[in-house]
Amino acid sequence: MTTDAGEATMPKEAPTAQAGDEPPGASRSERLSALAQQHGALVTLVLAMVVASLSFDTFLTGDNLENMALSSAFLAVVALGMTFVIVTGGIDLSVGSLFALGGVLAAWGSRYGTAVALLLPLVVCGLVGLLNGLLIARSGLAPFIVTLASMLGARGVLLVLTDEGSRTYLVDKGAFFTRLGQGSLLGVGVPVWITLALFVLGAVVLRRTRFGQYVYAVGGNEDAAALMGAPVVRTKVAVYTVSGLCAGLAGALNAAWLLSGVTILGSGMELEAISAVVIGGTLLTGGFGFISGSLVGVALLKVIQNVINQIGSLDSAYQQVVSGAFLAVVVIAQTWLGRRRRVL
Amino acid sequence: MTELSLARGTVDRDRALRLLQDYGVYGGVVVLLLFNFVFTPYFASAANFRTQAVQVAPVLIVALGMALAIGTEGVDLSVGSVMALSTSLLSLYLGYGPWIATLIAVFGGVVAGLASGALVAFVGVQPIVATLALMVAARGLALVLLPQLKDVHDPGLAALGSGDVLGVPYLVLIAAALALLVAFVVRRSTFGRQLLAIGDSRPAARLAGLPVRRVLVVVYVCSGALAAIAGVLATARLTASDPTSLGTLMELSAITAVVVGGTPLRGGRVRIGGTVAGAVLIQLLTTTLIKHDLPPSWTQIAQAVVIVGAVYAARERGKR
Repeated sequence: MTTDAGEATMPKEAPTAQAGDEPPGASRSERLSALAQQHGALVTLVLAMVVASLSFDTFLTGDNLENMALSSAFLAVVALGMTFVIVTGGIDLSVGSLFALGGVLAAWGSRYGTAVALLLPLVVCGLVGLLNGLLIARSGLAPFIVTLASMLGARGVLLVLTDEGSRTYLVDKGAFFTRLGQGSLLGVGVPVWITLALFVLGAVVLRRTRFGQYVYAVGGNEDAAALMGAPVVRTKVAVYTVSGLCAGLAGALNAAWLLSGVTILGSGMELEAISAVVIGGTLLTGGFGFISGSLVGVALLKVIQNVINQIGSLDSAYQQVVSGAFLAVVVIAQTWLGRRRRVL
Repeated sequence: MTELSLARGTVDRDRALRLLQDYGVYGGVVVLLLFNFVFTPYFASAANFRTQAVQVAPVLIVALGMALAIGTEGVDLSVGSVMALSTSLLSLYLGYGPWIATLIAVFGGVVAGLASGALVAFVGVQPIVATLALMVAARGLALVLLPQLKDVHDPGLAALGSGDVLGVPYLVLIAAALALLVAFVVRRSTFGRQLLAIGDSRPAARLAGLPVRRVLVVVYVCSGALAAIAGVLATARLTASDPTSLGTLMELSAITAVVVGGTPLRGGRVRIGGTVAGAVLIQLLTTTLIKHDLPPSWTQIAQAVVIVGAVYAARERGKR
């Protein structure tokens, strides 16, 4: 029922295996592979940035970095929610549609004030996430199929709201709501600050709270978690709700930034978010992952994108080829590292 | 999780659900057909049935490969992108003649399947992730090869796309032949048996000495090749190569057809007849909504509800 297919006999990461907490007796190679898994993405990011800044004068400029940070912010918020879902061993394919839906709802709601513009997408997307969670946790349906269905359903609702995509709701330029997207603080855009704050909050929740421990436990071994007395159903419902909320919020912020609810956005975003989370070192089998890794993963994807854009002569389609190949390499490396750790 | 959710289901309900799951899809097709005969004007015409059958053919072919992947407890998300890759390759190599171009396009699908199969079988990556990587990369590759829509002018391909034998379009004949072939392979061949055994329990299959890795690679290669064939046929029908939009959301339609047809997502069982009926059901549902002037948004919502309903009905399965 969980998304991981075969390898039923292979023990997954032990339920207690949390980020970085290696047992004291761990051998050196074991610790090395754990380090590579945790910080591989960060090292690659630094390398990519060094190479990019040496190759292009325009890369390491304030404008370029700020643009990159801003355009990463929305994906990062989506990836944050996705991290929680993936650590429980699930997957959420509905985030792209919810992102677009959140944007349209926010733009529509902005005429009734900032509170409506923010609350409406959060409530609606949170409810869709809750529905996902209930179907997955209570009825025991496979996460990818449930969220695939809600991806379609949310896209359908979006089209109903916008007269089959022909109508674009604009955000009134003077509204306070626009400052959430367009304003800046200390020279850095407000969405970036919001994203950073959310990531700090997410990291604290995942690593330092009881709920976070349940998330790891459910992802490590669901039956063991249930036997231990962890509220498996509640935890799973919660993570899908969080993912829906994050996608809705990201959509709302994006609408505030673009000053409109664009209906065609968000398709393919679920793939980007999953890629970012996986690149950041979170295992898709669940039970192991870090919030900070997802941020690094998003940054890495955006740097690759930026470099490909800067080369200019290359078609933007190359970006997809590179991202796909990169994802494959990361997954191979992770599987290999994970297997080493298990075998040793 | 399985034990926890199963404990609630009662035996009687289980039997009813099993019947519903096995034959519900045929019932659904019959109900939709009857509804349309009564309420939809011009539905019961040969031309309409031809259109419907031609439209369902590519989805059906893709769904056959998907059924094999799902039968091994996997999934192949890359099928839509492989269709796009195949259409790009086809129009790129059309200068060498339609046959060679078709062969190259199918070969492209085989290579894509080989890549995802190798990731799944040899590296041990989860099927969702392996085929996700292929999905992103293959679509990108298709766009690199052919950046935008291009008309395909070739008499051979045009004949393939719109020709017929005794009133039955080539596309439908090819889809039917492939469905029979896949059904035969699943039911009657050693490979089919091995596939189902692996889907049932991979460790048990391995302990029994089955060539697990080889079978898995072949399954994804088949899925890639079938998707590529679907891409060629879709190109022939549209007489244009459109790598941007060809095959988008195809994986979704294919998975829906397979799941609605009663193939459980946990593997070990493949129902080709159900898959064919599932593809037809989705097509009929879309047609019904469109012919009654409901906008596409409602089609999507309806499809979402059908998927969840089918998976929900299937969830008690697994107690054998």
